[in-house]
Amino acid sequence: MSEFGQNTAKSKQEVFVIEQKEIAPDIFDLWIETTMAQHAKAGQFISIYPKDKSTLLPRPISICEVNRENDRMRLVYRVQGAGTKEFSSYQKGDKISILGNLGNGFPIEKTKEIKVMMIAGGIGIPPMLQAAKDALGEVIFVVGYRDSNLFLKEDMERYGQVVIATEDGSYGTKGNVIDAIREQKISADVIFSCGPMPMLKAVKQYAQEQGIPAYISLEERMACGVGACLGCVCKTKEVDHHSYVHNTRICADGPVFDAKEVEI
Amino acid sequence: MNTTIKIAGIEMKNPVMTASGTFGSGMEYSEFVDLNRLGGVITKGVSNVPWVGNPTPRVAETYGGMLNAIGLQNPGVDVFLERDLPFLNQFHTVSVINVCGKTVEDYVEVVERMADTSIGMLEINVSCPNVKEGAIAFGQNKEALYHITKEIKAKAKQPVIMKLSPNVTDIGEMAKAAEAAGADAVSLINTITGMKIDIHKRMFALANKTGGLSGPAIKPVAVRMVYQAAQAVKIPIIGMGGIATADDAIEFILAGASGVCVGAMNFVNPYTTIEVIDGIEAYMKKYNVADIHDLIGAVHS
Repeated sequence: MSEFGQNTAKSKQEVFVIEQKEIAPDIFDLWIETTMAQHAKAGQFISIYPKDKSTLLPRPISICEVNRENDRMRLVYRVQGAGTKEFSSYQKGDKISILGNLGNGFPIEKTKEIKVMMIAGGIGIPPMLQAAKDALGEVIFVVGYRDSNLFLKEDMERYGQVVIATEDGSYGTKGNVIDAIREQKISADVIFSCGPMPMLKAVKQYAQEQGIPAYISLEERMACGVGACLGCVCKTKEVDHHSYVHNTRICADGPVFDAKEVEI
Repeated sequence: MNTTIKIAGIEMKNPVMTASGTFGSGMEYSEFVDLNRLGGVITKGVSNVPWVGNPTPRVAETYGGMLNAIGLQNPGVDVFLERDLPFLNQFHTVSVINVCGKTVEDYVEVVERMADTSIGMLEINVSCPNVKEGAIAFGQNKEALYHITKEIKAKAKQPVIMKLSPNVTDIGEMAKAAEAAGADAVSLINTITGMKIDIHKRMFALANKTGGLSGPAIKPVAVRMVYQAAQAVKIPIIGMGGIATADDAIEFILAGASGVCVGAMNFVNPYTTIEVIDGIEAYMKKYNVADIHDLIGAVHS
């Protein structure tokens, strides 16, 4: 289904933590050293294995940013449960186990000499950073936060204009990202998006109304992360190429899809 | 040192296989594992027509394990024969198809389609707890199990393994029913029916409400059931349920399993199968065991 970019070999690696800090309440910014950075595409993810074996399954975390030349990968995630709670305790020099690079990324080649709008909300913001770094055209971010904890704002500002909406109205437009787009009359030639499902539904509808191609990154509870278990599926308009039943695998065939192809 | 086993006349280079539903048809994990090293690959369930599976969420983690309610999503036997089997044919490993269905006729249709193929064995899924029709309905009643086993044996050209459910009162009775109907082997255990509730949302963690529990959390139950089945029948047993290491696999073999499968742990460590194979050899070397057959059912009081 998703044919964006080529996938290089996946592997499980033991890697070192370079540094970690909390950049907003429960939002952690983790840099690791891994050769996976060399081939990582914006919008791909890796899985981190908790050390505590009572939490068995690897946790999928989107890639926020990479320095491909010096094997550095940045992961920005929210503490949600036992696994991410453990990750938040990691410090410089700790060794962790990861699986990657997983999934397909954003179709960066579709940004050539055009304007791309990166629409993201909450913990969907991190993967947009590398997408903006790699983009081949002009970038404008439209991002939504709960409140004035505007994590990654300065990072994004290095790659394009940043338009902000907050749920509580403490910064920028009061409301959601679509409210901000309408208020500021923002337009673009292509949309890349990641965030909570209600936001993605609104983005899909907005893109359809405006006739703008949109590529959205989905998430779902995963087990294997490599397309074997069929745990994380999404309904599709056409039959999927794996099971031929209109149920595509988010981990292996996504997580980025053409908004027109998925039924959300 | 001999690690070769024979199940119903089919030779495997070692006793280690993959549990159905945790390894696809080997494609996804072939990036991590040399499939040539495995005793066998047991595929995800294959039905006569494509099955769409259950709504999401389909998986949830539990303490030391996981629940799944995939609902046997699969592309059906046509795609299996066109795509998956030719893929498996590239490797020197025994291909075992897991067959699922809603009716006896559904199962028989898939079984008959395998007749002239390179499939080495048939594993009959009468124990999936996550579908509303078929599967476990045949596996929780010994008369129903006897009947479907008999029907399948009458049509099958390959050895038949009946995959048993742990969600029964007496696993020995179920194994006996399969044996009496002519099954060549039994495999166990499938997942244990479970439930998880998200207390913050006050919702079921799975869209299907219930799911099958797998992973290290279920291993002691599985070892006990393999032992009980081994006491009840003479046909070979393929044991599984939470195998994470060679030590776990050896427990199953000592309890009476001729073969073992790695299941949920493939998700946790994609190299588990290979580590188990290497670890069994290391164990045999350490304890000076010349033939793996000397370990099968060798537990004593």
